[in-house]
Parts: sequence; structure tokens; C-alpha cells
Amino acid sequence: MSNQIIQGILLGGYYALIACGLSFMFSVMRIINLAHGSLAVLAAYALWFLALRLHVSPFVGLLVVLPLMAAIGWALQRFLLERSARGGALLPILTTFGLAIVIDNMLFEQFGANTRSLAPYIGSLSYDSWEWPGSIYVGKLAVIMFATAVVLLGGLQLFLSRTGLGRAIRATSEDPDTSGLVGVDARRANAVAAAIAMVTVGLAGAFLGMRATFDPYAGAPQLLFAFEAAVIGGAGSLWGTLIGGIVLALAQTLGAQVHPQGFLIGGHAVFLIVLFVRLSMAGLSLRSLLKPPSRSAP
Amino acid sequence: MSFLAVEDLVVRHGLLQAVRGVTFGVERGETLALVGANGAGKTTLLRAIAGAHQPAAGRVLLGDADLTNVPSHKRVGMGIALVPEGRKLFVRMSVEENLLLGRTAGRPGDWSVDKVLEMFPNLKPRRHAKTGHLSGGEQQATAIGRALMSNPDVLLLDEVSLGLSPAIVERVYDALQGLIASGTTIILVEQDLSRALSVSDKVICMLEGRIALAADSKSVSRDDVTKAYFGLHRQKAEPA
Repeated sequence: MSNQIIQGILLGGYYALIACGLSFMFSVMRIINLAHGSLAVLAAYALWFLALRLHVSPFVGLLVVLPLMAAIGWALQRFLLERSARGGALLPILTTFGLAIVIDNMLFEQFGANTRSLAPYIGSLSYDSWEWPGSIYVGKLAVIMFATAVVLLGGLQLFLSRTGLGRAIRATSEDPDTSGLVGVDARRANAVAAAIAMVTVGLAGAFLGMRATFDPYAGAPQLLFAFEAAVIGGAGSLWGTLIGGIVLALAQTLGAQVHPQGFLIGGHAVFLIVLFVRLSMAGLSLRSLLKPPSRSAP
Repeated sequence: MSFLAVEDLVVRHGLLQAVRGVTFGVERGETLALVGANGAGKTTLLRAIAGAHQPAAGRVLLGDADLTNVPSHKRVGMGIALVPEGRKLFVRMSVEENLLLGRTAGRPGDWSVDKVLEMFPNLKPRRHAKTGHLSGGEQQATAIGRALMSNPDVLLLDEVSLGLSPAIVERVYDALQGLIASGTTIILVEQDLSRALSVSDKVICMLEGRIALAADSKSVSRDDVTKAYFGLHRQKAEPA
């Protein structure tokens, strides 16, 4: 059992990484980015392409891909999300949904339906492990992912609380109109936040490719895991994202012990339980959510 | 030409014309009081000067610079700071963080967190407290301090005494007297007529989006301002 718990906690690091950007974009820009998973897969493909064609290690490839992802985030915010946000809360969601379809099909068109992996380009790291007392095997890559998640979340926390730009991003997320009145350029703050979110997506994509296989349509399940981890941990809370990732991964790992299909079912079950508890605490019962809206008297 | 000039300014909220062709000027170091009943357009006018509302017509000039189409964050960098009605603090951030945000525009000047805390000593023990947990007076002091941190040439104060106890209002106005004495140009929206007249050099009374009276605070009678306030006396708007 202790082995499953340790594996679950380490897997939680990966989920925290992929949920971090989703949660960050939601907390700052109030945008649920449905292209989140597809963008992670795009980053994985970029690293795979660099490794295949130019023989660049995926770790070195990150030096190219992460700035590229930051630029994509900046451009997405400036030219797509900012404009669609003017049309109400629903339009950015539909826009990112459309963007996900475009990315998925573009990758399919370009690279075909074959599954790919970055594992062959990182030596034995994807399967190397340390043996701990009690016959517990801890994957080196899993430990690296977990450590990366902790450093990334800690770094983001420091950035947001200790730097002027971080404070500007927090102010914009709290009240964009007033932030302008104190000298904060809300458009710039949002664009920087989107760039940061995409860097975390790039990292998540890299680890996705290193620990598993991916194909052009692998984004949807990654989005689902990210969404579940973010909701469990409390969207907008950085350390909550890590806790959410760990809880999700533990539920999946322990669920897999009960039944072969319990991996996914365990995660979804915990997500739904947390969701309903949160809704209940917010005063929203299942009955009130399912009730059709009442018609107002003419 | 005035240091800050507003020319034929028209501001709309949808179909409602909140400010209707307002023209006035403020010299450097002057204090102008804007008075008027609720809905007269004072707050909208102040927010339009700060850049929070885009005017439908007219101009806002600071020195030689036309600010009319300059976004609000850039106006802070050019020397205009607003203390908004209702304080509008970032309640999830501490007093110190709110004050530091005021420095975002990077204008050079003397104001620092320590200087603001010296001006408002009641904030000292609350420096790291979230502003959502502060009293009304402490929140108002933080809002004024945040505006001062941008080292403004023109300070716009919107109803700084609203919702505060008389003792706290007294303390806030004591602090403002120091600012007035230091030569900061101030435009003040105030409901308390006596106080508005006592601290200002000029007074403008607004009625239904227009200037009903523009006069020297020291020479105008309270009765004249009251008449203008209730629309009993209209004076053709003149550049003040």
C-alpha cells in the first residue's frame, strides 16, 4: 500500500504541472482554456521533432520550446483571448475549444495518427528507478517531475508575491479597472500571465512525452486531468493545485488496486465528490443546479 | 493656459449623458472642490480625468499634453492619480502591497511606503494586514497613500469622507492639509459643503452634468453654492 501511495504522490507532481497553467489562467484572466491539453501536446511534438530531426535532447530542446510557448501565450492573449473576452464569458471558452480542434487536426495533418514518445531520447531515465527499503521502486523521472512541480509552484508563488510584475498580475486578476487607475497596464499583465501559463504548459507537455506516449488527440485527457486537479485543489490556488494533483493521482492509483478500470473511475469519483462538496458549501445544491430557470412574470 | 484643463467634456454612460460640455481649469498647486447633488456628474468627471471613462467629446489637457485618448495607466505615469469613491483597494493584498502597486508607473519622487506610514501612523501596525480586514478609516488612508505613491502632480479625491466617522474624517483632512500645503494640485469631490469651501481655492458646483457655479471659494457665499446645488441659481459655465 505504501508503494501505491508514494507512486500516487509522485504522479500528483505531473498533474500539478499540467493543472498549474490552467489554474493560473483562470485565476488571472477568468478564462477556462480548453486548448490547454492540446497546447501541451503541441509542446511535446515540438520537442519530439527537435529530437528526431536535429538530435536535440528534450531537456535541451526546452530552451527553445519554452520561450516559443511563452511567445504563443503572449500572442494568444493579445490577438485571440483579449478580443474574444469582450464578447462575454462564454466566447473565450468557445474560442479555446475551437483552438483545440485546430491544433489537434493540424498535428494530425502534419504528423499522422501514430503515437510518439520522448522516452527514447532521454536514455534510460523514463524507466530508471531507485530502490527504497521495503522493495519500493521510485522512478527517477517521477521524482524529477515532482521536484519540478514544487520548484515551479514555489517560484510562481515568489514571483507573484515579491515582484512588481507579480503584484500587477494579482491586482489585474482582482480588479482590472482599478489596476489601470494605479498605473498597471492590465493588457500587459494579462499577456505576461498567459506567457507564464504557456511555459508551464510546455513543461507539462515535455513530461507527458517523457513518461508516456502521445498522439495528436492526446490533449483532451490531459485537459480533463488538469481540470480535475485544479478543481480538487481549488482553482486559482497554486499550492492547492499541487494538493489537487496529489489527491487525484492517489485516487487513481488506489482505484487501480481495486479494479483494472479503477484508475480513471477513482479519479473521476473523487473529482465529483469534491465538486459537489464545494457547490454545497457555496450554497448550490444538486437540485437547484438541475432546476430549470424560472420564467419571470411579464 | 491652466496646468490641468478640461474643455467641453462630454461623457456618456450608455444613453445617459452624465457630463455635458464641462469646461474648467486648475492651476498648479491649486485645490479645486467639486460639489453637487448625487448624480450631478462629479464622479464621472473625475474618472474621465483619470482615464477610467472615455469621453464622447471634448479634451483633457495636462500642461501641453492632450490626455483625452491616453489610457488610465499611462495617465498615472504622466502625473494624475485618483483616489476612487469606495476606495477600491485590492482586498486580497496587504497594505504594503497596495501601496507598492501605486509605484508601478515609476514616476520619480519622494513618496515611499515609510513616508505614507509616517503620514498615517494608524497604518503602521497594519502594514502586513490584508486591506479587506481594515476599518473604513484605515482603508481610506491606504487608498490615499496608494495614490501618493505614484508621486502625482494632480491628485483626484473622490468622496474621501464617505462612510467615515467624524473623528476619522478629521484625521484624513489633517493629512490632506499637509498635501495642500506642499503644493500638490488637488481636485476634490466632497459632499460636505463647509469642508469643501474651507480647504479649496476654487469651487465648482455641478448640476445634471453641467457647471451650475464656478467661483473663488474664499469669496463665494455658502448661500450661492447652496442655490446652485439645488438648481435655484444658474451661472453660465466659465473657465475657472
